[in-house]
Amino acid sequence: MRAEKIEMSEDEDRTVDLDGVTTSGGGGVAHGASSNKTLSCPLPCPDQVLENVLENVLVFLTSRRDRNSVSLVCKSWYRAEAITRSELFIGNCYAVSPCRAIERFRRVRSLVLKGKPRFADFSLVPPNWGAHFFPWVSAMASAYPWLEKVYLKRMLVTDDDLNLLASSFPGFKELVLVCCDGFGTSGLAAVASKCRQLRVLDLIDDDVMDDEVDWISCFPETGTCLESLSFDCVEWLVNFEALERLVARSPSLRSLKLNRHVSLGQLHRLMVRAPQLTHLGTGSFGLLDHPEQEVQEANLFQAFATCKSLTCLSGFRDFVQDYLPTIHPVCARLTSLNLSYANINAEQLKSVIYHCHKLQTFWALDSVCDEGLQAVAATCKELRELRVFPMDAREDGEALVSEVGLSAISEGCRKLRSILYFCQQMTNAAVVAMSNNCPDLVVFRLCIMGRHLPDHVTGEPMDEGFGAIVMNCKKLTRLAVSGLLTDKAFGYIGKYGKLVRTLSVAFAGNSDMGLKYVLEGCSKLQKLEIRDSPFGDSALVSGLHHYYKMRFLWMSSCKLSVQGCKEVAQRMPHLVVEVIRDGEETNEDAVEKLYMYPSLEGPRLDAPAFVTIL
Amino acid sequence: MESTVTYKSDLNLKATELRLGLPGADDSDNEKPTTPVAVRNNKRPFSELSDESKSVSDAKDGDRETAPVAKVQVVGWPPIRSYRKNSFQSKKIETEGAGIYVKVSMDGAPYLRKIDLKLYKGYPELLKALEEMFKFTIGEYSEREGYNGSEYEPTYEDKDGDWMLVGDVPWDMFISSCKRLRIMKGSEARGLDCA
Repeated sequence: MRAEKIEMSEDEDRTVDLDGVTTSGGGGVAHGASSNKTLSCPLPCPDQVLENVLENVLVFLTSRRDRNSVSLVCKSWYRAEAITRSELFIGNCYAVSPCRAIERFRRVRSLVLKGKPRFADFSLVPPNWGAHFFPWVSAMASAYPWLEKVYLKRMLVTDDDLNLLASSFPGFKELVLVCCDGFGTSGLAAVASKCRQLRVLDLIDDDVMDDEVDWISCFPETGTCLESLSFDCVEWLVNFEALERLVARSPSLRSLKLNRHVSLGQLHRLMVRAPQLTHLGTGSFGLLDHPEQEVQEANLFQAFATCKSLTCLSGFRDFVQDYLPTIHPVCARLTSLNLSYANINAEQLKSVIYHCHKLQTFWALDSVCDEGLQAVAATCKELRELRVFPMDAREDGEALVSEVGLSAISEGCRKLRSILYFCQQMTNAAVVAMSNNCPDLVVFRLCIMGRHLPDHVTGEPMDEGFGAIVMNCKKLTRLAVSGLLTDKAFGYIGKYGKLVRTLSVAFAGNSDMGLKYVLEGCSKLQKLEIRDSPFGDSALVSGLHHYYKMRFLWMSSCKLSVQGCKEVAQRMPHLVVEVIRDGEETNEDAVEKLYMYPSLEGPRLDAPAFVTIL
Repeated sequence: MESTVTYKSDLNLKATELRLGLPGADDSDNEKPTTPVAVRNNKRPFSELSDESKSVSDAKDGDRETAPVAKVQVVGWPPIRSYRKNSFQSKKIETEGAGIYVKVSMDGAPYLRKIDLKLYKGYPELLKALEEMFKFTIGEYSEREGYNGSEYEPTYEDKDGDWMLVGDVPWDMFISSCKRLRIMKGSEARGLDCA
């Protein structure tokens, strides 16, 4: 084994706080620390006592960073930690094989597994690239019979996989699928019918196929333990009568997120059955094709008033303005409001937002305009997270929000920690102002949709704005940049972005220096995704000292060549260097898409034909 | 990558044929007809249609559903998940009673299929999908003669219950009014083509 430690990167996913896997050796490698020699007695008993004590203590340790540290103390602690780790976090499904993970951690009850690179969300990764759930579920079926929770992100999950999962784990409790595909309603039916202890079934932004199976009817007839059911991404009609009966026999239900095929009238009926809800996804919030089911506004208002625990509201997929005031009773309690599918203008927003003093999370479309954001800034003093999505996702769309909205938010929402902001124009001044006003920022993602757009007032590149962010926001761990950017911006990022773990770059930089600054400066960098930027082989090679500490590097439409990538592959044997071909390349030497990541397993065996592993 | 073909060059030629309605009623321009091929606005149903050399770039613009786009759209930019992007696309085209999932039958095939019209940006994609699904070829479309070169014709039932030839109306209008598709075969199909 290599002396150099390959540490699996750790993600601070806000939804998950689970442990990680250190890839430091397959089994008991000396890390400069010898095994415990203070107990030199030949009898195993004292060691055993120590391990037992340790195990009882370690059971309480949940942070995976702490656990990784514990496992490095000595062999005894390594073993104790391994046996007490119940939550397994695998940030890259190809970094370690199921067998190896199972070998080390024998008593896992909860698995977090992430697959495809994030740019797959934007059609940059061809279909069938990989990230199959099957090898994991089939290995765990025999190894972890007491598995309770599975959280998958960007994995390919088939109906058979879901069926196997449902059949193999009698105590299975929670399934969360985020940005997954490959399965359909028949897989859901298997989970619903066989997982009798199921508490959580959350489908978030998945691509679910329609096998025309009525999965909602498949839950246990006598009653369920369901606490959370989210299917807002399922594009197919569900059997409403069955859904209503399901809600009626699920007394523990706290979170219900409906899809767009549930009308207002149907929503009302469900709310009446579940006044204990804390999280509600309202579905269409419109009339759809059922005018006969139209609900009186007063009745819906009353239903909201009865939901005294409701703190989190989303949905509004086809919302009808007339009904928006019905949510007023819950506004004062709301901590999270997601209007990002609702074409709502500033006036309509104001009528609602002025009541939302406790709001911490707010997602919206840019249809609310700068004026709407000003209203948010005036009222939501507790705001921690803001996301503004574009209604018209094109580069030359109408400018609905701008630096005006951003400035207002930074003035009004001083506790802001996370922002994702799509806009058509921006100024350095507004970004600098935010860096000064919001020192707690952990996530700053600004997307100026026009490529290479400068500060629209001064005509300058956006270097100073992003520079101020990394300089002033000392807690920043995630950054996405856009607009016209020179190497100078990357100089700032490398110099000041010492805590940055995730960096997304597109259409930026002048030369290899840009990437070099980042690779040499950002010592905590774990996830780097770059597209359409002029970084070449010499920049790539400048990061060799760091790649084993990263989860992955993605570079597409840059200036890489096969030679450069081969050199990296040769010098870094534990790095898997994938060259992905789309079929459009004319130049055989150029690398159009590079995806590389450290792995204990070497080149994966399931790579499709369009992937070449160097 | 598509070339930046502007709106103007898209507006091609109208067939010289008799029709009801004012000339150019569903086109924004009257262009002098130079070929018998009919084209509407910025929608070119088929890349095989035109005999002109610029047909390739024009056909790609047939995929655009709305107003002219000045800039070339880059894959995956801006970085919005397709799920989110599609939510707004489908909102624009969904109307009452139509539904986007439609049954497709083909004369002589043992069972029906279902397709999601939302998945396709225009007629060429739809027809290609149908060809692949049922393993047959559709002929060339012309406004005057319908589909030439094959014994199959794609038809659809619209909101009024009438059977119409696929390809006559703009794509958006088609999606919002199509209730089911039927691929007709043989002589029965011919009957629909008479102008």
